[in-house]
Amino acid sequence: MTVMATTAAPEAIQRFNDHEGSVARRRKLVTRIVTHACIWVGVILSLFPFYWLFAMSTQTTAQIFGFPPDLFPSNQLLANIQGVLDNVNIFQAMLNSFIVSGLCALLVMFFDSLAAFTFAKYEFPGKNALFRVLLVTFLIPASLSLVPSFVLMSKLGWVGELQALIIPGAANAFGIFLLRQFCETSVPNELIESARIDGAGFFRTYWSIGVPMMRGGIAFLGIFTFISAWNDYVWPLVVLVNPGTQTLQTALASLNTSYATNYGWVMAGALISVLPLIAIFIIGSRHFIANIAAGAVKG
Amino acid sequence: MTAHTTGVPLRSKPRNTPIAASKTRKNGFLRWWPHYLSIAPFYVLFLVFGAFPIVFSIVISFTSWDGMGKMTFVGLDQYSYLLGDSLFWQSVWNTFIIWVISTIPMLFIALVIAFLLHQNIRMKSFYRVAFFIPNVTSMVAMAIVFGSVFSDQFGLANSFLKWIAGSDAGVQWLTNPWGIKVTIAIMVIWRFTGYNAIIYLAGLQAISTELYDSARVDGASTWRIFSRITVPLLRPVILFTVITSTIGGLSLFTEPQVLLGNTGVPNLGGTNSAGLTIVLYQYYQAFNNFDFGYGSAISWALFVLVAVFALINWRLVMGRREDQLGQVAPSLISRFTARRAAATKESTR
Repeated sequence: MTVMATTAAPEAIQRFNDHEGSVARRRKLVTRIVTHACIWVGVILSLFPFYWLFAMSTQTTAQIFGFPPDLFPSNQLLANIQGVLDNVNIFQAMLNSFIVSGLCALLVMFFDSLAAFTFAKYEFPGKNALFRVLLVTFLIPASLSLVPSFVLMSKLGWVGELQALIIPGAANAFGIFLLRQFCETSVPNELIESARIDGAGFFRTYWSIGVPMMRGGIAFLGIFTFISAWNDYVWPLVVLVNPGTQTLQTALASLNTSYATNYGWVMAGALISVLPLIAIFIIGSRHFIANIAAGAVKG
Repeated sequence: MTAHTTGVPLRSKPRNTPIAASKTRKNGFLRWWPHYLSIAPFYVLFLVFGAFPIVFSIVISFTSWDGMGKMTFVGLDQYSYLLGDSLFWQSVWNTFIIWVISTIPMLFIALVIAFLLHQNIRMKSFYRVAFFIPNVTSMVAMAIVFGSVFSDQFGLANSFLKWIAGSDAGVQWLTNPWGIKVTIAIMVIWRFTGYNAIIYLAGLQAISTELYDSARVDGASTWRIFSRITVPLLRPVILFTVITSTIGGLSLFTEPQVLLGNTGVPNLGGTNSAGLTIVLYQYYQAFNNFDFGYGSAISWALFVLVAVFALINWRLVMGRREDQLGQVAPSLISRFTARRAAATKESTR
């Protein structure tokens, strides 16, 4: 009897385990399928408007307004782009957007990293008070200064000029704060001290030690600034009153109101305004990945 | 540059404190001129384009001014008019409703997405980029796309409803007062769900996996783990996203401005001003009506509203222990900056 019991028991356990295992496996499979299904619903909802923008920009206005709507791209993309180019100076607007966003990004990268380097690595009288002032500026909503800023720009003669967008955005508290934290962790003090012993002055130290060691953070800030400046809408809408100095966003908004009946053109214009940004975001994400791989950015 | 070369002994041990500016024979503040020069751009720009306009906007709000003619001092008239202006209160109401019907579903969906992405799944980096891309896209272009999808007659949304429920189904998305609010809320949800999900994901990754493992060993279901472990431990992160959504939601402008831009010039928020937000009303008063005084008064009213909401949120985050704003603000700001950076970095990893 005892012999039988000892031989039967492992079999029973085995059978029991198999059953348990298959239930667990099946449950795991169901969980995984549900998880992926939910994620894909989200991804489709997230990306569908981009597809739909593309599809509509390849259709005629009649196709866009047709019922049932045509879910697939047609062959009118070039005709629509031609329509946009004939009626709106979209290249000028794109150039303006590139000038504004590019210069803003470069100036912010330089001024913010310089200030952040100083705040992170040096002591000087009034440093803490000055930094507290910088923090307080975070709490000020942008719409508060919309009217007086416009008045200021008109007094300066900058209404309708691109510098009205570039100069006020040349340095910001966000970037200084971000890079200061970045600098504190990624730039070793010994390196700065040894540079000083080797005879490097303040700006030399910043340029040959601070910048290379902060470059991951600076690159991130540059892309971030570029994207925000590119998408900025309220302030350009208020201050860029000349058709010749519109940015892509304001040009697109006026295309939308002036050619509301020609939807194909409006969609082609919207597509043109979105594509450079997506390209920069994807190129930028590569840059981030490289930096993270190099260990310069601590996740 | 000789100022920094003198008189500092070599240290053998690495130091953790910031390096003091070297002692030299130069006296006074001149010694630190490179440091002050390096931080000057921000402060100069802030004084000219930040501080001055804010002070000036207080002055403007006490006047009646069209921006060009004579400025006449009217005392508190703009503010007393504001209190009785039904259109202003309607814009406050609209903004509040849109904020509620966008923020609550948005944060819930974001939490679910983050929880799902946190499972050990493949193609995580693709999903992260896919969910984050709406956040970096220009809202003007996408408001035009949403305007077409939700168009009353030919929009994709109504075509879909008709296909499902028969030819007389369909919602007047852009003319019905509730339709307008829902459409704007959907745009906000579309744009910020992924952003908040990435923030939650960063928060989830900070939670120890041991907790999950032991819960699973104890036989807890996925929903139980989600509601009993994930949500409570994420509470500070959740409250943080509530704050940023509040500040963003109260300043809503581009979505209604572009979406309802074709409903009439000037844009007062479509049918019954159902899509009129506070900032849109401010823009209308200042730049369509050229009533700079009243426009400035509205912006100060918005500032007060934001401050009240922020204070409520601060209380929620910090409890009653820390009452001093000055102590709380820096930590909150640092959290904001770090999270914003983490979210963008996360999405591109």
